[in-house]
Amino acid sequence: MTRMFGQPIPRVEDDRMVRGHGGYLDDLGHDALACAFVRSPHAHAEIVDIDVTGALDVDGLVAIYTYEDLPDRLADPLPLLIPHPALTEGRTQYALARERVNHVGEPVVMVVAQDRYVAEDAAERILVSYRSLPAVVGIEAARAATQLVHPDVPGNIAANMLQTVGDVDAALAAAPHILELDLSIERSASTPMEGRGVLARWDPESHRLRLWSSTQTSTGVRAAVASKLGLALVDVDVITPDVGGGFGVKIMHPWPEEVLVPWAARQLGRPVKFVEDRREHFISSAHERAQLHHVRVGFDRDGVILGLDVRFWHDHGAYIPYGIIVPMITSTQLLGPYKPGAYRVEFDSLYTNTLIVTPYRGAGRPQGVFVMERTMDAIAATLDLDRTVVRERNFIQPDEMPYDHGLLFQDDRPLIYDSGDYPTLLDKLKKLVGWDEFEAFREAARAEGRRVGIGLGCYVEGTGVGPYEGAHVVVEPSGKVKVATGLTTQGQGHQTVFAQIVADELGVPLSDIEVVTGDTRRFGYAVGTFASRAAVMSGSAIALAARAARAKALKVAADALEANPDDLDIVDGIVRVAGVPGAEISLGTLAVLANPLRYAFDDAAKAATQFAVGDTSKPPVGEDDEPGIEGRDYFSPMQSTFASGMHAVVVETDPDTAEIKILRYCVVHDCGPLINPRIVEGQIHGGVAQGVGGALYERMAYDEAGQLQNASFMDFLMPYVSEVPERIEIDHLETPSPLNPLGIKGAGEAGVIPGAAAFASAIEDAEGITITAMPISPSELFELRRRHEERSSP
Amino acid sequence: MTDELFDVRLVVNGAAHDVRVPARRLLSDTLRHDLQLTGTHVGCEHGVCGACTVLVGGAPMRSCLLLTVSMDGAAITTVEGLTEADGALSAVQQAFVDCHGLQCGFCTPGFLTTITAGLRANPDPTEEQARELIGGNLCRCTGYQNIVRSVLRAAELQRERAAT
Ligand code: FES
Ligand code: FES
Repeated sequence: MTRMFGQPIPRVEDDRMVRGHGGYLDDLGHDALACAFVRSPHAHAEIVDIDVTGALDVDGLVAIYTYEDLPDRLADPLPLLIPHPALTEGRTQYALARERVNHVGEPVVMVVAQDRYVAEDAAERILVSYRSLPAVVGIEAARAATQLVHPDVPGNIAANMLQTVGDVDAALAAAPHILELDLSIERSASTPMEGRGVLARWDPESHRLRLWSSTQTSTGVRAAVASKLGLALVDVDVITPDVGGGFGVKIMHPWPEEVLVPWAARQLGRPVKFVEDRREHFISSAHERAQLHHVRVGFDRDGVILGLDVRFWHDHGAYIPYGIIVPMITSTQLLGPYKPGAYRVEFDSLYTNTLIVTPYRGAGRPQGVFVMERTMDAIAATLDLDRTVVRERNFIQPDEMPYDHGLLFQDDRPLIYDSGDYPTLLDKLKKLVGWDEFEAFREAARAEGRRVGIGLGCYVEGTGVGPYEGAHVVVEPSGKVKVATGLTTQGQGHQTVFAQIVADELGVPLSDIEVVTGDTRRFGYAVGTFASRAAVMSGSAIALAARAARAKALKVAADALEANPDDLDIVDGIVRVAGVPGAEISLGTLAVLANPLRYAFDDAAKAATQFAVGDTSKPPVGEDDEPGIEGRDYFSPMQSTFASGMHAVVVETDPDTAEIKILRYCVVHDCGPLINPRIVEGQIHGGVAQGVGGALYERMAYDEAGQLQNASFMDFLMPYVSEVPERIEIDHLETPSPLNPLGIKGAGEAGVIPGAAAFASAIEDAEGITITAMPISPSELFELRRRHEERSSP
Repeated sequence: MTDELFDVRLVVNGAAHDVRVPARRLLSDTLRHDLQLTGTHVGCEHGVCGACTVLVGGAPMRSCLLLTVSMDGAAITTVEGLTEADGALSAVQQAFVDCHGLQCGFCTPGFLTTITAGLRANPDPTEEQARELIGGNLCRCTGYQNIVRSVLRAAELQRERAAT
């Protein structure tokens, strides 16, 4: 059998999806009641009064709930999911606002009605009076702290965190060169095409809750909902249907709606569904990215960094349910493939009266990489060195792996790179993009009156973060193999890649394997899909579970065929004895034999009744044995595995309009061995497009009152095909990770990470104007040019 | 208050459906929730993303911008109706499978309907024309690379199928 691992096979998911037979959240529950929420129109206000009388005669209205209606734990603030010692002033929201609102879009009143139209009619008739308070918008305002988001949080600072390696002050004092840079990145957001959604059915007879959520973590939602509603975990099923993209935003849980909908379903004894609309997604889900950095770097005459001192401010919005994961990642992954000499990084995580911040694909890395790569370019400019040369001189070398940075990573474990070969990656990138030939191209373009530039961005990404994932593999009497893992899927092709792994491990054809993800009925222990961890974590667990199932199958087969297990192999679902033609038995038959039954309900079962099989001198199921051919196993590594990559982009800037056109986009990428190259490349394509969006188009345009001015697809400029590069040229390097059975590293987020860094580098190269803030629009570039000319003209 | 209801006949994927709807009901909601043809997706409800595109008399239209009452008698094709009578995937559907033209699949129905209509008008697009054809649809997953390839592959498949 050809090994399935590594084959660029088409996806098994696609057939039903292209037929229109996918099952997304809003495709379910046609009998359910609908919800609408009255959301705060103010960024910061006290709630004075809520008057629902106008809504009561709306035909089809079922229920209206405010904070006052919430019982017990539902009336407590939502959980702070990831506490940390540095997070001293953690504040989270109530499921429905209590007395105050802290951002536009915060839910205040819940309306349940026969359909969404009616629910919105009723919501519109509910009068909430507010006493508005001054809003804190943006990092500068939060730092100034002349107004406070939460009156009991001084300075608007939720967390301050400092990490140091070596003596930075001494290193900077001794450095022949010192540079200081101020750098910033604006807000953007995951913006999946499908928003959030949740559907709940309460069964009063069995006293059980069944919940469907468009989530990145079904087990997390289950735990949160069970806790809020006072239910046992075993009485709550959470099922992840097809999910129309996540990119991070759907890891946040529980959303207010995720606990309110099941509660209402139980209250009303009717199924209830909430499906977010696009405007709601912009103002009530989550954003990311906004940070401001001040960098001091000391380096020698060769451009080798001696000391790096980074102080930054992170805008986490009105509440901090997801903790300080994002700035922690920024502060560590900023280092990329480099040795920083002495390093000090300190950040404040700040409250503002804007939407909460949770990880968006890349999760703090695009900012960190932007900062580090801008620093590298600044060093190169200062010393008049090629930008790739400065990078090379600071690389961690392959023979230094594993490389310990002496810092703590986002999982509070040591930041140790397990593997990687950065010099080779850079060589590959230079070849792919033609770095050394670029000056000739620039000259030719200049002769035609065109302005072009080239830039690059390098990154290292901790992937496959713990704590664990697990998997279950079972062979059915039909010979079909059913696989379940608890983490969820939002388009990554898990049903395909996990089946590829099982096909190899168990020796069964792909068509006989079915994979289920994110369904607590099938697998109850899981963490979730984020941090490019699914392939590493669940892929490894599935490989281990499949190996266990294989060992069991071989053991039963060895008995049945009276052979030595070492002489057996499984090919196409059949166990064969090496060198003995005809001595074979199918996995399906083994599954029957391994399950000694009392009842012969079909022909296969007949073969397995206790009267038909087994040695009567032994118990039907041996003491250390279990019925069936199955395997269950978990994968829990000591630490993350570190993928890496480098992007180069060639841009052309219009001398008159300052429009920025992408001429080339090149990616070299090392995520270890590829399970399915076509899927990995698809992930890179999507990431690059989001990187383009983040570098050139996407921002959350809050005004000073905290109103989001561009909360629609008309105004938030998400790339269409016309904005993305015509080709994304990709080359791979495969350095295996020593940390998991398949040697793999995550690939999901990589494509987006160095986008802003590479574009800033290229635009600066084209224009000769220092770029310190992203994203950059043509009008901003135009303005930069104008100011640059002003400064340079006498 | 109660909404006045209107009788509307829609011919969807060749089958006639009589529905009673209030004047404000969107075609996307009628298709998805009244007829339970949930292949048509809603990504924005304001006409920008294209996920809800269906063919009305063969022309691509955004069902989130159409009122059901205005569609009396209209012949509508949704993504479910693109599949061949024998259950085989249409050339456009097959091309998406062949070229990994979808990831989460949420935008896909709108692309499939749009491209189906586009290839009827221009069965042999250049790469540039393929880009133009999908220029009004949003996808957050694929970076469009493989969707452009899918358009070209679909044209090729159509030619191959016509030849046999
Ligand atoms: S849902 Fe109709 S265009 Fe987006
Ligand atoms: S495949 Fe997910 S939005 Fe296009």
